[in-house]
Amino acid sequence: MDYAATTPVDPRVLRAMQPYQSKKFGNTMSLHSFGQEAKEALEKSRQEISSVLNAKSGKVVFTGSATEANNQALKGVAFANREKGKHIIVSSIEHHCVLDSAHWLQKQGFELTYLPVDRHGLVDPSSVGDAIRKDTVLVSVMHANNEIGTIEPLKEIGKICREEGVVFHTDAAQSLGKIPVDVEGVNAGLLTVCAHKLYGPKGIGALFIRDGVRIEPLLHGGGHEFGLRSSTVNVAGAVGFAAAVEIAGRQMDSESKRLTKLRDRLQEGVLGIDDAHLNGHPTLRLPSIANFWFAFIEGESLMAQLDMRNVAASTGSACSSESLEPSHVLIAIGLKHEEAHGSLRLSLGRWTTRQEVDYVVKVLPQVVQELRVISPFKGRW
Amino acid sequence: MASSQYSKEIIKHFRNPKNVGRIEDADGVGKAGNLVCGDLMKMYIEIGENKKGQSIIKDIKFETFGCIVAISNSSLLTTMVKGKTIEKALELTRDDLIEKLGKPLPAIKLHCSILAVDALHEAFFDYYTRANLRVPEELKKDHERIQKALETIEHEHKEFTELEERLLGEKK
Repeated sequence: MDYAATTPVDPRVLRAMQPYQSKKFGNTMSLHSFGQEAKEALEKSRQEISSVLNAKSGKVVFTGSATEANNQALKGVAFANREKGKHIIVSSIEHHCVLDSAHWLQKQGFELTYLPVDRHGLVDPSSVGDAIRKDTVLVSVMHANNEIGTIEPLKEIGKICREEGVVFHTDAAQSLGKIPVDVEGVNAGLLTVCAHKLYGPKGIGALFIRDGVRIEPLLHGGGHEFGLRSSTVNVAGAVGFAAAVEIAGRQMDSESKRLTKLRDRLQEGVLGIDDAHLNGHPTLRLPSIANFWFAFIEGESLMAQLDMRNVAASTGSACSSESLEPSHVLIAIGLKHEEAHGSLRLSLGRWTTRQEVDYVVKVLPQVVQELRVISPFKGRW
Repeated sequence: MASSQYSKEIIKHFRNPKNVGRIEDADGVGKAGNLVCGDLMKMYIEIGENKKGQSIIKDIKFETFGCIVAISNSSLLTTMVKGKTIEKALELTRDDLIEKLGKPLPAIKLHCSILAVDALHEAFFDYYTRANLRVPEELKKDHERIQKALETIEHEHKEFTELEERLLGEKK
């Protein structure tokens, strides 16, 4: 129940990758046949991913992760457009790799505006228009949130950015393979994706960069990836990424229906617990994510109790984070600290069965009850 | 498993916590809140006498809103002081708890183990005050610090103000 954290590599993906880990090991920069064989596989993978993203007027640059792609997008655009301005806009529920990059840029002298979200986690597109200034160089709003699953109104946000002439970046790491991701449809200047969230390998991500977007590389060296990301390219990873994208795309309609049904079944069962609440948008949400908060108990304890019953989940509780801060996403949607303390994310995936969902619906009320017996709060704060 | 960062002793108490609950008409009730992460703990004590006529903790119970370490530490502490004289129980420190746990706690979780000792000390403070006994200086100092921590929580996280008020109301 933690597929949103990461996913196992699909056996079909693994098979596609295997030759490039051994026999076809060439370096894409080598001019001999081994190198050219690898180069061909790399470009074919790039082509396949580009076509899924509808990336006709730009290029897909492979990176080591979505985190790297997001760092590249924010820092690369900020530094390349310094003459134009120093203002950056991000939503307040971005992944840490976007927020921390933005924060780092702030320390370098850039100015930052955080877009608020409503109680479901939605950014109001008109707030983007209001926040844009003459010196704004980038707007970054994620496609679907990784904690609560809310899908942002990218089309409207992208349209505003286009009209205002500001580069629009979106982090689609969590949504790719689950809902359609189309760079043209959302007017994205930059778009981040990665493989390990959709049954591909870890260690490979990509950044779509629209033609005309000015961007500085983070990594300098051998000039790989159009000079934007020097590093010997992870060909096996790229091949696996492309295979994973292809499979996910082929199954998207049926899988989305199946997961929505399972998730709703899960949701209905869990919300039967007293003082249990759903986080995230009721409908504009990834089919795979259900995030809850339970009053009077703490999430790390909840997660550990579930773990002891062989259910893997995650929490936005302060107790579970390295910083001892509760999830910024849950705080941004208006949860109080003690409410975020009792949060639990359950996320479904390709191998989630109805039996598993029913098992969770059976054990979760027991676990919540056990922890409530221990809690000093009985039925009220 | 996720909890493998913790010792067997912690997991044992977390899986099967001892002395959970409230004591109605307790002789002392202590409450401590954790400034760092927002956990909250209550300790209830009942005081009796041993054959030598010394005051002992006849019964102790706890309630905890918190993480694995906060829950297991509360449980562990109650098992360590139950039946002990007040004097002995007051000697118990956070380090005794940590030692008992066997495996070092992750540094970030050290603050959780202070909470149990604090809540116990507050229960003693409450007992001495209610019984019109002289409160030991150490406990007075602890009391000030713990109350200050709760106030800081109130200051830092406004939502805890309400929570505390409701708790106090409940106590009255």
